[in-house]
Amino acid sequence: MAYSEKVIEHYENPRNVGALDKDDPEVGTGLVGAPACGDVMRLQIKVKDGIIEDAKFKTFGCGSAIASSSLATEWLKGKTVDEAETIKNSMIAEELNLPPVKIHCSVLAEDAIKSAISDFRTKQTARRALAGEPEAKADGEAAGARGE
Amino acid sequence: MQFPIYMDNHATTPVDPRVLEAMLPYFSGKFGNAASRSHAYGWTAEEAVSKARETIAKLIGASNPKEIVFTSGATESDNLALKGVAEFYKEKGNHIITTVVEHKAILDTCKRLEKQGYEVTYLNVDKDGLVDPDDVAKAITDRTLLVSVMLANNEVGSVQPIAEIGKITRARGVLLHSDAVQGIGKVPFDVEKMNVDLASVTAHKIYGPKGVGCLYVRRSKPRVRLTAQMDGGGHEFGMRSGTLNVPGIVGFAKAAEILIQEGEAESHKLFGLRERLRLRLMKELDELRVNGSMKSRLPGNLNVSFSFVEGEALMMAIKDVAVSSGSACTSASLEPSYVLHAMGVGDDLAHSSIRFGIGRFNTEEEIDYVADLVIGKVKKLREMSPLYEMFKEGIDLSSVQWAAH
Repeated sequence: MAYSEKVIEHYENPRNVGALDKDDPEVGTGLVGAPACGDVMRLQIKVKDGIIEDAKFKTFGCGSAIASSSLATEWLKGKTVDEAETIKNSMIAEELNLPPVKIHCSVLAEDAIKSAISDFRTKQTARRALAGEPEAKADGEAAGARGE
Repeated sequence: MQFPIYMDNHATTPVDPRVLEAMLPYFSGKFGNAASRSHAYGWTAEEAVSKARETIAKLIGASNPKEIVFTSGATESDNLALKGVAEFYKEKGNHIITTVVEHKAILDTCKRLEKQGYEVTYLNVDKDGLVDPDDVAKAITDRTLLVSVMLANNEVGSVQPIAEIGKITRARGVLLHSDAVQGIGKVPFDVEKMNVDLASVTAHKIYGPKGVGCLYVRRSKPRVRLTAQMDGGGHEFGMRSGTLNVPGIVGFAKAAEILIQEGEAESHKLFGLRERLRLRLMKELDELRVNGSMKSRLPGNLNVSFSFVEGEALMMAIKDVAVSSGSACTSASLEPSYVLHAMGVGDDLAHSSIRFGIGRFNTEEEIDYVADLVIGKVKKLREMSPLYEMFKEGIDLSSVQWAAH
């Protein structure tokens, strides 16, 4: 299969490979896919004051899956959590020129982003409940504070 | 070294320069039609074809050169064997026995025959990809016409017990066909000693040209009959019409002659190279699994699952080497190999498998280069693999609730 130049570039120089401490309350972890299907993505975000200040990934999968997750981490950094949620698989597929048989790689990357955000929000809710804080939308406030 | 290094010799082989040299005169000066009986051009072509028949018969242990029916290759030979026998003997029975690890040329032909009312039994294989001859014996009924079992598997290199199966089919009065494409000249194969009644062979897997092959059809004890699948001039003893590909047949025979003379020594060399690669990989990398039998295996085949690394990603990383993957992302479908599946290899490991097919023109230098490259890239991809990290942390990956997609 012929890969697009962008896929090859990400595959050969993947951005943000690695792991963040999954027990850190500011870290959200998404683990999606299945070994039997040939691809598993783990995507992690570290959120400070509502802004994603770091993102890391590890992927078991083909070149397109690795490139999709690498690109996702690149896009996530510096975004608010709400902004991150608007990333769609079609944007990833378009940016990387994925052929039809590889669209599922971009779908998986979107799932990984959603899953990491959901994990982060669950942790925040649990932390607030423990601290007896009201159900404030921490990341929503921070998004406002960015003043954009 | 020439890049990419070719290590996919189960798919096809380059034409040996000696084969090419033998073929060249038959394209121009000796261009005659082997069916032309009225002039020297025809006689020259016919003589070359009969000599070729003798050489190819010798390679497979056939006693009569007229038992060699030239075709366009193994796919046609497989089709002719199965459809031809099924059609000719349809009054006698309607049952065919084969295995789940056969080439698609056999499996898809069987599927078509099933649609036409024939019954097909697909025998399972063990974890090494081998068929149990007892299973063949048990599957035979009084309606069985033919058993078709490949000599060696194209993916995992497992060499089937054809001689044992031949004893059973001969005793029970059932015909035995073998798709011998991958094993010819590499492992022992003799249609007389093994009681094989029909055998498919192709030239391009033995350093001959593409587009030519043959079907061995036994002429005595028993005499095998089949219905031609191509109508026309009645060439090839009425079994396969069509003007003979004389240059191709000459090349096929030259390739066979080289194997008769050098095949045994070459198999030793291929085995040495294969083991050199296997041992280097096993020494430097953990969690490897070799797929297929280590006892009964093609000398040049190494099919390995590199756990926690996806096969297509690895092929992309080692693009200096031409190999193929059991992970189907390479083909249009996304299903992993049906052969590995039949052997009980999990989908996760099937997605992680690479097939190295070592051949005549590979060198020790190339093996060492490939070993170093693969070791380095597998380590790099494992650093990037969440599965390898989890495995190293002691997490049982089979206990994780994965979201299948």
